[in-house]
Amino acid sequence: MRLGYLVRRILFLVAVVWVAATIVFFIPRLSARNPIRERFAEIARSTGFAPKDLDQIIAAYEVKFGLDKPLLQQYVEYMGGVLRGDLGPSLTRFPKTVLELIFSALPWTIVLLMLTTLISFALGNLLGALASWPRSPKFVKGLMAPLMMLQAVPAYLLGLLLIFFIAFRLKLLPMGGAYSQGVTPSLTLEFILDAARHQILPAISLILASLGFWALGMRGMGITIQGEDYVNFAEHKGLHPRTIFTQYYVRNALLPQVTGLALAFGSVIVSGVLVEQLYGLPGLGGLLGDAILKNDYFIIYGITLFVILSIAILMFLVDLIYPLLDPRIRYESR
Amino acid sequence: MTQIAAVGPQPDAWQMRYEHPSRWTLMVRYLRRNKSLVLGLAIVIGLTLFTVIGSLTIDTEKRAYPLAVKPKQPPSAEYPLGTDFFGRDMLAVMVRGIWQTAVIGLIAGAIGTGVGVILGFLSAYYGGAVDTVIRAITEVLLPIPAFLILVIIAGSIDRKSVTIYTMAIIVSLLAWMGPTRIMRAQVLTLKERMFINVARLSGMSNLEIVFKEILPNMLPFILASFVSGVFAGIFASFGLSVLGLGPLREPLIGNTIWFAQQQAAFFNGWWWWPLWPSLALVLIFVSLTLINVGLDELANPRVRRTE
Repeated sequence: MRLGYLVRRILFLVAVVWVAATIVFFIPRLSARNPIRERFAEIARSTGFAPKDLDQIIAAYEVKFGLDKPLLQQYVEYMGGVLRGDLGPSLTRFPKTVLELIFSALPWTIVLLMLTTLISFALGNLLGALASWPRSPKFVKGLMAPLMMLQAVPAYLLGLLLIFFIAFRLKLLPMGGAYSQGVTPSLTLEFILDAARHQILPAISLILASLGFWALGMRGMGITIQGEDYVNFAEHKGLHPRTIFTQYYVRNALLPQVTGLALAFGSVIVSGVLVEQLYGLPGLGGLLGDAILKNDYFIIYGITLFVILSIAILMFLVDLIYPLLDPRIRYESR
Repeated sequence: MTQIAAVGPQPDAWQMRYEHPSRWTLMVRYLRRNKSLVLGLAIVIGLTLFTVIGSLTIDTEKRAYPLAVKPKQPPSAEYPLGTDFFGRDMLAVMVRGIWQTAVIGLIAGAIGTGVGVILGFLSAYYGGAVDTVIRAITEVLLPIPAFLILVIIAGSIDRKSVTIYTMAIIVSLLAWMGPTRIMRAQVLTLKERMFINVARLSGMSNLEIVFKEILPNMLPFILASFVSGVFAGIFASFGLSVLGLGPLREPLIGNTIWFAQQQAAFFNGWWWWPLWPSLALVLIFVSLTLINVGLDELANPRVRRTE
């Protein structure tokens, strides 16, 4: 049965990837816009360089990028490229490929999103569990309503308000950028501290926006566990409340939250991209915002597809790991 | 139907002794318990009043667009919310922007919920091949973050020709999968209830059962799904417009924030420019969430017990 489950999950992953790649391929081609022509028009506007044989140049570029071939052939080649990890060249930074640009931006995004998701997951689940735990102090329960409100607000908006209050009014932290101006990236302690200082506000906005999701989910879980026989039994055995809380209560309530982690990847990455764009960080979000501003379609499509694929793969991995964490669930269930 | 209803419990002496409170009193009594619904509705009504009174008293057709007033003025008696870099009166921008944001949300919510209801009903009521196809499509599309597909769609059309309405339609293109799944599940459970069997035995047609028996029972869910649809529509259009993919000519709230960011408003000290739109959006999102929590309580009395 394990094999059957695995095969089903893999087929599902393939279907999602195929559909996403197909959408990303066809939508731009349905539109009447010509990215290469627009690029040249922009160059002409900004530099005054307007060659007479523009049409020929554009045609030459289309041959180079394979845009002159029949649509079906383009589709097959594009799919082959996606499988090999080739997302095409960048229009505005031509010799560089989209994948190279993504990989140079990726570490920033991964560090920011990993840290914030871990902190938010741990803190949110702790708060949620405490809120449903009968012995915990009152103020923890009172925290739930504000957390619910915060959860409704996109991280981007929280980021904007944080910039206003903390960076603009109180001048405690920088307003944006990945590091102070005039500093060259290096692996010195000084640079790392400076970069970390610039990450605090983006991190806080991402954490605040997602904290409520974990806390409310965990509280719901905790409430259903409260009445369970094994919790009552543990209490009557005279176990220390802390043991009951960590070993009986949290341990059991935490498992469905891990599935929530898989569901949350999509929104975490999307809000991360938006927050990065807001703070002008050099991660995927900054790259995307920049590409939209400069009409670099190939980067827009490349990043979108890349993010969709990573989300699909992450969800697939969580699906595989989940049965290992929860001994009650076997692969054959479902 | 009338014969069957007559067999039901008759009002007896015990019930007669108490006078029945009017619908109005009952509603007020219920609302007093459902605080989040009241608070959410109050914020929405407040925002509605702001836009209605605003558009009646200010010339938003003119003042919400560039070169109308003196640029870069901080809030003052003449310009209560200040003016922006392009010479727009922020008060007029907010009046118009909130309205346009609401229009996008309402259209997206209506389309998403409408399509969801239709597909969900088809899928659950007829089953078989229809069900398989609809379910397969929703299952494969759901894990793909709709927002990213929207980025591609919005990036592929000519940005200068984007209007509020194209924006609303783009946003609603991928807003029906969630409602479809919820409606399908809901119809499936309702379908097996006794009163549907009774209706069928008493000779109602399929369509009659759908419209007279199932649909009225689903109203709270449809309403909740509509509210989340409005939320998702505003959320998605906000995300697109802060990336610079919105209808750039319009004073949509997300666009205003994007322009403020592009001109480094905080850096230049024009704090009022991005602040008002952000606060307005916070109010919109929080109120919709509160309404949704309240509706959830209304539709699912079981939630009440856990409080």
